[in-house]
Amino acid sequence: MKDQTVKLAFYRSIPVMAGYIVLGIGFGILMRNAGYGVLWTAAMSGFIYAGSMQYVGVSLLTGGASVITTILTTIMVNGRHLFYSISMVDKYKDAGKYKPYMIFALTDETYSLLCDGKAPEGSDPNKYRFFVSFFDQSYWVTGSVLGSLLGAVLPFSTAGIEFSMTALFITSFTEQWLTTKDHIPALTGLLSTLLCLVIFGRDNFLIPAMLLITLVLTLLRSREEGQK
Amino acid sequence: MRSVILIAAMSLTTIMLRFLPFLVFRKETPAYITYLGKVLPPAIIGMLVIYCLKDVTPLQAPFGLPELIAAVCVVGMHVWKRNSLISILTGTVIYMVLIQAIF
Repeated sequence: MKDQTVKLAFYRSIPVMAGYIVLGIGFGILMRNAGYGVLWTAAMSGFIYAGSMQYVGVSLLTGGASVITTILTTIMVNGRHLFYSISMVDKYKDAGKYKPYMIFALTDETYSLLCDGKAPEGSDPNKYRFFVSFFDQSYWVTGSVLGSLLGAVLPFSTAGIEFSMTALFITSFTEQWLTTKDHIPALTGLLSTLLCLVIFGRDNFLIPAMLLITLVLTLLRSREEGQK
Repeated sequence: MRSVILIAAMSLTTIMLRFLPFLVFRKETPAYITYLGKVLPPAIIGMLVIYCLKDVTPLQAPFGLPELIAAVCVVGMHVWKRNSLISILTGTVIYMVLIQAIF
């Protein structure tokens, strides 16, 4: 039998395809309207590869931000990636040659596909994770290049298609809920974030939410580990 | 040229954030980090769900109804079929119809 890994990785990445292509197109259009051509767009999607950061990045580029402002903004917007990486330190441990790219390409969506640490039967787990990451980025780059080239001439209304990302996270949430007995971590994430959204407002709640989640889970550690 | 520097700054800062934990915990993974690796993923997914819904206005029309209906459909489809693709596709199509044709 031929190695099924790449095929299995492709199947796994399909849920991200629509969302990344559409959000990528949005980014490409934004860049074009800001006066940056397709090479700039492809470079950002290739080298930064962080959706919301790239949207913010357009206004940094056009608004004449300083390097320090740019670095600080990036830390604020992308600080959550620290948490993704912390939770993948063990799972990516033996990834060898695949590891640097897998770390580089660990976006919200790729994280949600791979964070359960599972790989399908009959696949090489690290090659599988590498290709899921790679396919996801290829959708993002493809979308942003399309957006840059085509501009706003799409023949049908795509209003609401961004919900596919929300649906992806809800699906991941439901899936992990159905496969685990201990719902405390999931509820901690949901309720802490909701609380911080109410207290800090929609522009500033993410970092407090991450700190609160970490604090609560740390306090629950002996209880959580005692269960296992 | 200034744009090149800014894009490089965004790129390198993002890369730094993603690599830092792997560099810090390169040798032995402390038990605490292993624990976080186990409990953080479900919590972060919960956080991302809320993050995606942050612009919903439950106190103004349409009262978050399109999001609520579509989200319930996603959960329902997923409990029923356990197929991510079907769940996401159903929820997205329902949401698009809701906001384009009804609300």
